[in-house]
Amino acid sequence: MWAFNFLLLSAALFSIGVFGVIARRNAVMVLMSIELILNSVNLNLIAFALMNNSIDGHVFALFVIAVAAAEVGVGLAMVLMIYRNRRSISLDELSEMKG
Amino acid sequence: MTLASLFAQADGGVNVAQNVGFYIIAAGMLWAAFRVVSTKNVVHAALWLVVVLGGIAAQYILAAAEFVAISQVLVYIGAVMVLFLFGIMLTRATIGADTDVFNKGWAVGIPVALLVFGVLAYVTIDFTEDSLLVDPTEEQIAATTTAISDGYLGPYLVPLIAVSFVLLAAAIGAIVLARKD
Repeated sequence: MWAFNFLLLSAALFSIGVFGVIARRNAVMVLMSIELILNSVNLNLIAFALMNNSIDGHVFALFVIAVAAAEVGVGLAMVLMIYRNRRSISLDELSEMKG
Repeated sequence: MTLASLFAQADGGVNVAQNVGFYIIAAGMLWAAFRVVSTKNVVHAALWLVVVLGGIAAQYILAAAEFVAISQVLVYIGAVMVLFLFGIMLTRATIGADTDVFNKGWAVGIPVALLVFGVLAYVTIDFTEDSLLVDPTEEQIAATTTAISDGYLGPYLVPLIAVSFVLLAAAIGAIVLARKD
């Protein structure tokens, strides 16, 4: 198996996630795109662990999974609070902090 | 004699079955990821995300990372997707397809994504050239989980405790943010 297979796949997933973060209007969909990005990074870590015959990549991937779970919990709580206050989670309407 | 052992090492060190599995799963994952960022229905986006996360778990197994694959299935497909579906159900105003799911300037995302992919692909191919991944031996695969636990209870003990505090703080913070006063 070519060494760049996993890395190219995760680069493609990362780019699709970046597009989703930029283009999506719904805050929940933006969180889903962030999940795509975090998963592509995890795939990279596992591929590096395989390339270097080392276990550290697995350990780091599990750390990233734990932090991503925390991030989704806090992110969705924030989305819920915004929805409760404004009856909308469209990100382009949140402009109170605009300078 | 299974099909996998028939194909294994048929092409001078390149594991054909592994490659075939990789490309089939990768194609499905890329299509599902494209649907996640392009579908107009929020629930469908969440369900396509399940396909991507499952494909990533399958790629972990191909990369001899079974423990991470099981963790991926438990945490992402089990817990995070339930959170997402709850978030959608608690916030969604419209049932079915939404009318405007994209920002006004959504087209900017296409050149940005293509540029990011171009740079990453160039660097990746330039860095790895045509080196091949070495298949891990049976002993290495069997000892993977032991090695992970040795890592967590050895050099990575302090980060592990720190991550447990991060999870605790995130859980308390989510409750504080989301509860009704």
